[in-house]
Amino acid sequence: MDKKQQKEKMTGLMSKFVSLVSYKLPDDVEKKLKELSEEEDNHLAKIIYKTMFENQQLAFELKRPSCQDTGVLQFFVKCGENFPLIGQLDNILRESVFKSTKETPLRHNSVETFDEYNTGKNIGNGTPSIFWEIEEDSDKVEIYTYMAGGGCTLPGVATVLMPGEGYEGVVKFVLDRMTSYGLNACPPLLVGVGVGTSVETAALNSKLALMRPVGSRNENENAAKMEQLLEDGINAIGLGPQGLKGSKSVMGVNVVNTARHPSTIGVAVNTGCWSHRRGKITFDRDLNYVIDTHEGVTL
Amino acid sequence: MSKKVLTTPIKDEDLKDIRIGDIIYLTGTLVTCRDVAHRRLIEEKIPLPIDLKGKAIFHAGPIVRDLGNEQYEIVSIGPTTSMRMEKFEKEFIEETGVKLIVGKGGMGKNTEEGCKTHKALHLVFPAGNAVYGATKVEEIKEVHWKDLGMPESLWVCEVKEFGPLIVSIDTEGNNIFEENKIEFNKRKEEQYEYISQQVRFIK
Ligand code: SF4
Repeated sequence: MDKKQQKEKMTGLMSKFVSLVSYKLPDDVEKKLKELSEEEDNHLAKIIYKTMFENQQLAFELKRPSCQDTGVLQFFVKCGENFPLIGQLDNILRESVFKSTKETPLRHNSVETFDEYNTGKNIGNGTPSIFWEIEEDSDKVEIYTYMAGGGCTLPGVATVLMPGEGYEGVVKFVLDRMTSYGLNACPPLLVGVGVGTSVETAALNSKLALMRPVGSRNENENAAKMEQLLEDGINAIGLGPQGLKGSKSVMGVNVVNTARHPSTIGVAVNTGCWSHRRGKITFDRDLNYVIDTHEGVTL
Repeated sequence: MSKKVLTTPIKDEDLKDIRIGDIIYLTGTLVTCRDVAHRRLIEEKIPLPIDLKGKAIFHAGPIVRDLGNEQYEIVSIGPTTSMRMEKFEKEFIEETGVKLIVGKGGMGKNTEEGCKTHKALHLVFPAGNAVYGATKVEEIKEVHWKDLGMPESLWVCEVKEFGPLIVSIDTEGNNIFEENKIEFNKRKEEQYEYISQQVRFIK
């Protein structure tokens, strides 16, 4: 295959992958939702869970986006320095979103700011958003694909706390967001908390936290402890599915952290809704792929 | 428990025994109507191209497939955040005589008043269930204001037992989200007190 053919092949595969993400939830999310519905004893909440499972079944059978808001596409890329299409990757991802939008179809969710018009293509200036990491001595590429819906993007918030406010301040910041905005973001939520030095490091960490599987734990003992405490704490509030009350509120809380300046604690919250449409695909140099998040699926 | 189905045109009496937390289903006409359509009627004073009296609106932006010849098919349809329409909804109910407002999440004081004075309901369709929703739409009868783009156009849908619809504001002006919020906030404070003692990592 020459470069052009490789490019076409990868664009086609990524377009199909985006489409898959729109109609099938990842295994970890499916499993957790099932668990939560079995533990639920609120009558209304049970009916909502039942609707959710029927919807996912139908979406998969009909190959239609399970939620009408197919979001703005976001990609988190970890690319080996020797992956042959490293220079073409940005364009491939952009093209694949455009292609998938026509073929699936996905909703047109790209509005140019200030000029205020919908591009009608689901791509625009800076959308899809692509975040890069380069890996030494590797010829593979790992791509997380995420559909950031409006409802679940809205609770996103970041700030910089003073060290005097401590991690107690982080807890307050997260909890306050849950009862104000979180309940409208289609719970049960996956809550991503980022801790770092400034707003943008914390914000990126909080989104990376949403890429981590439901049920995984931070390697740092204290961070893992805070994940558990927050998860139990937010669950005790009992938002329930759709914020209409229930036994639980969240699928989990994931914290991703990086170092900070001695005088600051950057903190951010990002939420994923129950319809947490993320997928991870890895390509080798010959474009053979593995999908970790959706077992047994081929494109 | 038997399924409670409301059929359009809906009259005041049909709604009088329905309370927050009840579940109902809708058969008849459901029209998608969101931000700009509300703004046009209330602020720009442009009359709506359809009569909504006794009918239902849906705060939603669907994915629609154009089959050509003015024929359309709903691919996915689900609610968007109702609160964005709060600013307009009371006057909207007053002007149109609409009886059911379907959306996602709660609405505020304005809508409570509108629902109480003019006997209307705000209902929640569980969001994210857009394929399920689409299977309850029998046909798209008409479309208006296509200049607003696919999500914002007024799609006039004929639906059958569309739901579950959870009553969030009833004709007495009770509001389930406002009631829940009081409880949620109380529990949140308790949790904060407890957790903040356990995370004193800076010593
Ligand atoms: S928050 Fe998620 S499930 Fe709810 S409407 Fe938005 S994308 Fe769909």
